[in-house]
Amino acid sequence: MPHVSRAYGWFTFANYTGLLAVSVLCVLPLVHVLAVSFSGAAAASANLVGFWPIEFTWDAYEKTVGNRNFVRSLGVSVIRTSAGTVLGMLTVLLVAYPLSKENAAFKGRSLYVWLFLFTMLFQAGMVPHYILIQRLGLLNSIWALILPSLVNVYNAILLLNFFRQVPKELEEAAWIDGAGHFRTLVSVYLPVSMPAIATLGLFTMVGHWNAWFDGLLYMTRVENYPLATFLQTVIVQQDFSKLAARPEDLENIAQRTIKSAQIFIGALPILVVYPFLQRYFVKGIVLGAVKE
Amino acid sequence: MKPRQSGLPERSASWRAASGWRLRRTWPLHLMIWPGLVLIGLFSYLPLGGIVMAFQDYKPWLGFAGSDWVGLEHFRFMFEREDSLKVIRNTFVISALKMIFGLLAAVAFALLLNEVRSTPWKRTIQTLVYMPHFLSWVILGGALTDILSQKSLLNRLLASMFGSPIFFLGENGWFMFTVVVSDIWKEFGFGAIVFLAAISGIHPSLYEAAIIDGANRWKQTLHITLPSMAPIIVVVGTLSLGNILNAGFDQIFNLYNPLVYERGDIIDTFVYRLAMLSGDLSFATAVGLFKSVVGFSLIVIAYRVAYKYAHYRIF
Repeated sequence: MPHVSRAYGWFTFANYTGLLAVSVLCVLPLVHVLAVSFSGAAAASANLVGFWPIEFTWDAYEKTVGNRNFVRSLGVSVIRTSAGTVLGMLTVLLVAYPLSKENAAFKGRSLYVWLFLFTMLFQAGMVPHYILIQRLGLLNSIWALILPSLVNVYNAILLLNFFRQVPKELEEAAWIDGAGHFRTLVSVYLPVSMPAIATLGLFTMVGHWNAWFDGLLYMTRVENYPLATFLQTVIVQQDFSKLAARPEDLENIAQRTIKSAQIFIGALPILVVYPFLQRYFVKGIVLGAVKE
Repeated sequence: MKPRQSGLPERSASWRAASGWRLRRTWPLHLMIWPGLVLIGLFSYLPLGGIVMAFQDYKPWLGFAGSDWVGLEHFRFMFEREDSLKVIRNTFVISALKMIFGLLAAVAFALLLNEVRSTPWKRTIQTLVYMPHFLSWVILGGALTDILSQKSLLNRLLASMFGSPIFFLGENGWFMFTVVVSDIWKEFGFGAIVFLAAISGIHPSLYEAAIIDGANRWKQTLHITLPSMAPIIVVVGTLSLGNILNAGFDQIFNLYNPLVYERGDIIDTFVYRLAMLSGDLSFATAVGLFKSVVGFSLIVIAYRVAYKYAHYRIF
């Protein structure tokens, strides 16, 4: 910059400070939860803990890991997340490839496009979906958490836009070698699109890990809850009774730190995946969203 | 076939390969799309049939065929009932506030971050600010109820400063405020990504010309950066209009309680309680259908407007 005015210098200082403060504010709640989860039960229930544990202890984590419902719901979440991500990416891949063809090359494409697009624009609502799951006999089945969200139309659109940017020469080379559509998809498009597929896969994973409402709706027994739903019932629904001002009983003292430990364990996989996500998602989103 | 080829007895193998004749066969394409098609048929189109119950007095033990038809009774009821009108109003107010201030916050953040020249700083700020977007409202709701509760550290601080604690989640006005602010807090960073991309696409020669004309950073922002961002701001704003009836079920469901139903209850939470707690299936479906129809119309209009004025297309 040729000349930086004094005013701009002051602005820069204020800007860095302000943005740093805002950034810290974005993670502060989670830091607080972490601090409470490692604190002693008495200090936690007396609301003394800020952003650093008081009377450091692993107690809450030991109790959480010893909770059979917690461990079981963790298992449900792991299964639904892995199965949902793998099957979901497979379906999205198989939808995105044909739809990435030109209308002239694939008769019926526009009909398919509208069939998929419409599902994004208009939903039947909660009650008809519930009745469907019930009549299919999927209540309390893990498939109720996996199958309905398998076709992610938004991801399919992002992926098909990505496919369209793959140079046509690659595809033509495969044709000359005698490859058919399946072969072209697997040997040409799949390797070239790995970054996009990884990004969408991570997003799908995060979505499955965080999903809680379908568990609440379709699972009637606690042992079938995924972790997010289990946490929802433990954290949120119990808090309501706490509003009724009887905080000083022993039950709650123990629960405060355990609740925090559970919240943190629930957030942990996201925090672990997050750095990988961040590397790709800016590129991925920009590719899909601002293509023209 | 074209006449000039009629003399040839048969096309050679290499000609067929080079022209990609295998790719002319479209049955593999139809085959690929089948699994997805079956799934949306089952889980998106089949439930549409269930909408008939919005026009029935649906009883689970009678089924769709056996339940009585009531016509538009539920819809008339919806516009007469005080609580459903209140819920519709709350939905509009909450999501309009989120939309307007969320957009402003995202644009402002993108502009301010653009003034940060040091890459490590920029990276660090982005890493921290995008994070809440990826955490669910179950997690954040748990953390917030803890921080904002009446006896929390924050409220003790507020009490020592202003004399009384603030009941963020237990008082109607404050609840709405908390919902709007915490939603902006969660999403402004992630929402800014698209604006940062737009800023980075601005041609440097524009700034160079402005510097020669003696424009300072503020003038450059005002006359180059903002006008260049205008189309994408219009697109994002317009498209979010299609979501005006989605006031944030996940967030409100995890933060609200009966004390704040007056200003905090929205269509989605209302439908959930009607269906799951009161067992009023038909009325819940009718309210849900109202939301779907209005939402669908708004989305179609929003996309048309976005396409007309900014040539934005998702396909």
